[in-house]
Amino acid sequence: MMKLKKIIVILTLISIFVLSLGFGASAKPFRVAFIMPSNINDFAWSQSMYEALLTIQEEMGKENFEFVYSESMFIVTDAAAAIRDYASEGYDLVIAHGSQYGASLTDIAPDFPNTSFAWGSTANVFSDLGITNIFAYEPLAEQGGYVNGALAAKLSESNIYGVIGPIETGDAKRYTEGFKAGIKSIKPDAKINVTWIGSYSDVALASEAAQTHIDAGADVLTGTSQMTVGAIGVAKQRGALWFGYDVDQSALAPQNVISSVDVVWAIALRPMIEMIQKGERGGKIFTLNLANGGLKIIVNDEAFVGKTIEDIVKGNIEVKVEK
Amino acid sequence: MEAIIIGILKSAIRLATPYLYASIGETIGQLSGVLNLGVDGVMLMGAFSAFYTVLKTGNLWLGLLAAIVVGAIFGLLIAFINVTLKAEQGISGIGVYIFGLGLSSLLFSTMVGTVQTVSGFPPLSIPLFSNIPIMGEIFFRQNILVYGAFALVPISWFILNKTPLGLSIRAVGQHPEAADSLGVNIVRIRYLTVIFGGILSGIAGASLSIALLNVFQQNLTNGMGFIAVALVYFGAWRPLSVLTGALLFSTVNAIQIWVQVKGINIPSDFTLMLPYIVTIVVLAAMAKRRIHPPAALNKPFERGE
Repeated sequence: MMKLKKIIVILTLISIFVLSLGFGASAKPFRVAFIMPSNINDFAWSQSMYEALLTIQEEMGKENFEFVYSESMFIVTDAAAAIRDYASEGYDLVIAHGSQYGASLTDIAPDFPNTSFAWGSTANVFSDLGITNIFAYEPLAEQGGYVNGALAAKLSESNIYGVIGPIETGDAKRYTEGFKAGIKSIKPDAKINVTWIGSYSDVALASEAAQTHIDAGADVLTGTSQMTVGAIGVAKQRGALWFGYDVDQSALAPQNVISSVDVVWAIALRPMIEMIQKGERGGKIFTLNLANGGLKIIVNDEAFVGKTIEDIVKGNIEVKVEK
Repeated sequence: MEAIIIGILKSAIRLATPYLYASIGETIGQLSGVLNLGVDGVMLMGAFSAFYTVLKTGNLWLGLLAAIVVGAIFGLLIAFINVTLKAEQGISGIGVYIFGLGLSSLLFSTMVGTVQTVSGFPPLSIPLFSNIPIMGEIFFRQNILVYGAFALVPISWFILNKTPLGLSIRAVGQHPEAADSLGVNIVRIRYLTVIFGGILSGIAGASLSIALLNVFQQNLTNGMGFIAVALVYFGAWRPLSVLTGALLFSTVNAIQIWVQVKGINIPSDFTLMLPYIVTIVVLAAMAKRRIHPPAALNKPFERGE
């Protein structure tokens, strides 16, 4: 009889322990709000962050990690209102995904000391303003650009290259500098033409810039931000090669996209979430590079192999065998 | 140098195409007295419906038809709001814009999900003409929707200036009371012009999504519809001047791209401002002409008591 009682007591204790674990987890999932200038399916900037949040959710489990998002926040004042709303709803982390949102964060973050904010691409966490709850993230896009550039130089026949960038700042500038350096490492006499569109979203102008680059002799194009889908369409239509950034863009033009620099934001998000769970709300800059896996080069075998075979057939590449 | 000039003008013709459709449609609507600021929203809906139809069926003409039908439906909606319900035109137009922006984004997210490309209207060389040196390359090796946009200019000029219908449209916009007393059905004319404007806005969108860009993305037009409305004022409600304005804006835009491609050392921030600076300068220079908008623009018609 005593034995049975003991077993019941132990079983009860175990079940209470298990239940409390369950409660602990379901009562307090980590909650993230994500504000983006474009959309989760933009094949670029916003999509890469969305994919990272899905990865984290898979790793932590849906019961432990929740996230919500606001799309098309290209008007900064709208974004600021959304950031403030999310903060007042008690989210653990509010990600303002765009360098245009920094000034708004300096207004909002001090009002919500228990919420963490993150933004990028930047290396500024506003510690000079005494703010302690802002994180920053920054991909060293020049590293990815360099790899793309080196590949581009190997494949270009005309040795003329076209870059279609949004605004000359942040990742776009870093990527472009890296792309140029990568080409020059192989072909120092290369001609690299750079156009800035003045917008992250003007697909029509990006498309026209791509047409112009090809008219000027370029057979390789690259560029960053969501407006580049217009340029990729032109590359596809006119048979130019494309080098992508942000996400793997090969699905847009499988014959033309040689490689893409995939920005793996999860590399920044994982340690950021760990810090917040330990009670550290900000102040750290997370860098993404080839060494830490924050940048990955995804080569599209279909286009790359196809182009290499074409080069051998056309005699552009001569494969020599020593006798 | 010759190659660059050809390149610039070819670009300008392409860039002007969506503006021409949208601006000519808006011109006709405004001449009948209806201001429609919702052009951009209708363009987005036209762009999406054409894109989606081509994605699913592969048939470009069916895509164009979809844009026409959706444009007409939106035109009908705008006419109902402004002509029948007599809403404040400036405000209701913004409402239509936001509705079109939101609906096209929603439909894109749920029905397509991710950015994809389609094969749009290919360039179509016009026999004989396309062999004319320089001119042939610039004008006669474009896609069919480009030709359509330029053909629209003389057609709309003819209708507006040489036909009884055109006279009625202008009378309804200038002196609705007089037109009414002469038995012109003002409501019918305004419905007609606004629906026609909706159709042209729809085609303007299609010219982007299935002819020039061959992709769709949320907010693909990026505010082009508002520039189209500005071009109507620039062109002083005359199709030929609207064409001039559209070409001027597009040519300067094409030049600024070439300036950058050629690595001419001017900051890109400045070159990007050029199309807007030139437009403002020309507008200011022309201010002397004292051209007034249609007298009844923005005024719902009330039959006199």
